[in-house]
Amino acid sequence: MQRIGVFVCWCGSNIAGTVDVEAVSEALKKEPGVVFSTNYQYMCSQAGQDIIKNAIAEHKLSGIVVCSCSPRMHETTFRKTAAAAGLNPYMVEIANIREQCSWVHKDKLTGTEKAIILGRTAIAKVNLNAPLTPGESPVTKRALVIGGGIAGIQTALDIADAGFEVDIVEKQPTIGGKMAQLDKTFPTLDCAACILTPKMVDVAQHEKIRIFSYSEVESVSGFVGNFTVNIKKKARYVKEDVCTGCGLCTEKCPQKNVPNEFNLGMDNRRAIYIPFAQAVPKVATIDPRYCTMLKTGKCGVCSKVCTAGAIDYKAKDEYIEEKYGAIVVATGYNPISMEKFDEFAYSQSKDVITSLEFERLTNAAGPTAGVLLRPSDHKHPKTIVFVQCVGSRCSGAEKGKEYCSKICCMYTAKHAMLTRDKYPDTDVYVFYIDVRTPGKAFDEFYRRAVEEYGVHYIKGMVGKVSPQGDKLMVQASDLLANKQLHIEADLVVLAAAIEPDASARPLATMLTASMDTNDFFTEAHPKLRPVESPTAGVFLSGTCQGPKDIPETVSQAGAAAAKVIGLLAKDKLTGNPCVAHSNELMCNGCSSCERVCPYGAITYEDKEFRMPDRTTRMRRVAKVNEAVCQGCGACTVACPSGAMDLKGFASAQIMAEVDAICK
Amino acid sequence: MQVTEYKPKIVAFCCNWCSYAGADLAGNNRLAYPAEVKIIRVPCSCRVNPMFILRAFQRGADGVIICGCHPGDCHYTSGNYYTRRRMALLFSMLNYLGIEKERTRVEWVSAAEGAKFAATMNDFVQTVAALGENKRLEDLRCKL
Repeated sequence: MQRIGVFVCWCGSNIAGTVDVEAVSEALKKEPGVVFSTNYQYMCSQAGQDIIKNAIAEHKLSGIVVCSCSPRMHETTFRKTAAAAGLNPYMVEIANIREQCSWVHKDKLTGTEKAIILGRTAIAKVNLNAPLTPGESPVTKRALVIGGGIAGIQTALDIADAGFEVDIVEKQPTIGGKMAQLDKTFPTLDCAACILTPKMVDVAQHEKIRIFSYSEVESVSGFVGNFTVNIKKKARYVKEDVCTGCGLCTEKCPQKNVPNEFNLGMDNRRAIYIPFAQAVPKVATIDPRYCTMLKTGKCGVCSKVCTAGAIDYKAKDEYIEEKYGAIVVATGYNPISMEKFDEFAYSQSKDVITSLEFERLTNAAGPTAGVLLRPSDHKHPKTIVFVQCVGSRCSGAEKGKEYCSKICCMYTAKHAMLTRDKYPDTDVYVFYIDVRTPGKAFDEFYRRAVEEYGVHYIKGMVGKVSPQGDKLMVQASDLLANKQLHIEADLVVLAAAIEPDASARPLATMLTASMDTNDFFTEAHPKLRPVESPTAGVFLSGTCQGPKDIPETVSQAGAAAAKVIGLLAKDKLTGNPCVAHSNELMCNGCSSCERVCPYGAITYEDKEFRMPDRTTRMRRVAKVNEAVCQGCGACTVACPSGAMDLKGFASAQIMAEVDAICK
Repeated sequence: MQVTEYKPKIVAFCCNWCSYAGADLAGNNRLAYPAEVKIIRVPCSCRVNPMFILRAFQRGADGVIICGCHPGDCHYTSGNYYTRRRMALLFSMLNYLGIEKERTRVEWVSAAEGAKFAATMNDFVQTVAALGENKRLEDLRCKL
């Protein structure tokens, strides 16, 4: 029989407000096995933990039940407390009387009744708990960063600077991501390239960092400390180690009409290309969709002009298998497609552009060399209308996103300000729902756009944009003046909502990392563990976790790196002791468990058993590899003889819980 | 709907990674659902042995609901697929034995779906309450 201690937490008034904690600790005293029961304001505080430690020593407790917040919150805390008092940490059970009781039930009587039942259930389970010891597994001291934008770059640099090897996988031919496409950055207006490209060079030159550009993650297996990742290096038809990046091929290639993705299709590139001058690695790539040689076998100009002999038309996709201890997701974002927003005439007029396209138009390295010209007729626009929240904050609509994309208010203020600064004769209108500028020096920046640069900010939504001749008629409402506006504009810029990159969803499935309904990766805890995924060993960096500006992305990238360093600095990881276990006496070697195991953790061995007549017989029995088992319990249900059980979630324990609830 | 004083006993099995977290989120957002729902945490919905459900009905539960990650999102890659198949079989057998199929349910609730968790529980409790007390599987010999 266990000697159980029960500790009921008030959580200030969070629990005590709806649950009579005194009554709960009194009622639970009568449960079988309970020798001590008390309550305290904050069990997780030092004083609360001391109460637990003292009670364990004083009453020689063999198991404890803490009635408190969710085990997802403080199970680890109380397990450590138990361990500090010499009790096996797996003799602790939590009754969740906050998230699943006091916070969802208003009536105190109901809440108290339910809390008693939840406590009783946890006591029933603890009565059947057994001390568990976690196994240990080694840590591969190398990290994988998926995505080579500013988030991935910063994470990789921080991890590598701490002395660990890092590989970056980037699907584009170069690292740099969205930030490489930007012109200036708010609120300081320093140029994006000037602060990003030195970091890209640092990455390229760092002896601990390898870049797999033009590559994608194909499959992931394993677990924290021991991931095995298959990386596909797409054929770029140019030998990376031979190409000098001179760029001669990109000038001589006769296939000139390939839409340039880097400039969002606003100009053309060749079939062999280097995305931009500061690309890392600075290596040409052949686009097989357009290359005449690859399509018809007739051309070969690039091969003839390449003095280094880097062109290889016969190149094939390569697959690399590599081991990692930690994986950082930094897959970033994309502006949403404007297809569904036809009211803004994006598909009808070249002069309706997205903010990212505007960014390229004002960029010195962009298609117009930084001169603001209309895409249609290359004239200076005299009236520009910026529309904010295009697809953001669309609650309940089939198109667009419910969330705020966060960065649009600030970059629109930046665009408006820069336009007025360069071209003071331009009229600039900004239509907004709200202007949101929380951030260091952000509101000051927005005020400057309005007060110093005379940008017309109008609260209201644009209803329709219709092209008329070479003008764009903008119909909008001014909510503050309560009137309809008609503006004849030369250029309309849409602040498109941002969404996670399309590669994020399949990647999440590979990593078994969870996502929210918008396909942003979920963090392990929204406040306390914001850079970790709930899946151990998977970390989050940048906008894959939610909309962020550059300073926030860089901070999060550093935080993710710190978590990775903390993991890789360990020589061994303690595993999860709640793993499957086969009772050899009952197992008949039928292989049912092996077939359902997603990890291949079950093997079979022939074992000698003594028979009642004193002879021995060989029998095939299942054996669980505890380092590989993740403890899902699929095998326990598949086992027809009941030989397979899960430690910590044993069938007898769950049955006892069922009984306690139904009593 | 007719309001009755009768309070059903509901056992909810929630997987640790999605649905239990979804239930916690319902709590964080103070989304109320009936106190008749008592949650048992399991690592994965595939840990739920049909025996547990039979046991619950034997011991007087009026409804049993199993919540797991959405198909494709299982933390253990495939556990919820096993759940789906196993429970389809079990529920049809239970229905044959006289435990109406409305008393059993499998739902996918992600860690981000606190609102869905609360709505599901509200709906399930209402459905089960409308069916009334469950006596079919109760084995008097097992009663303590």
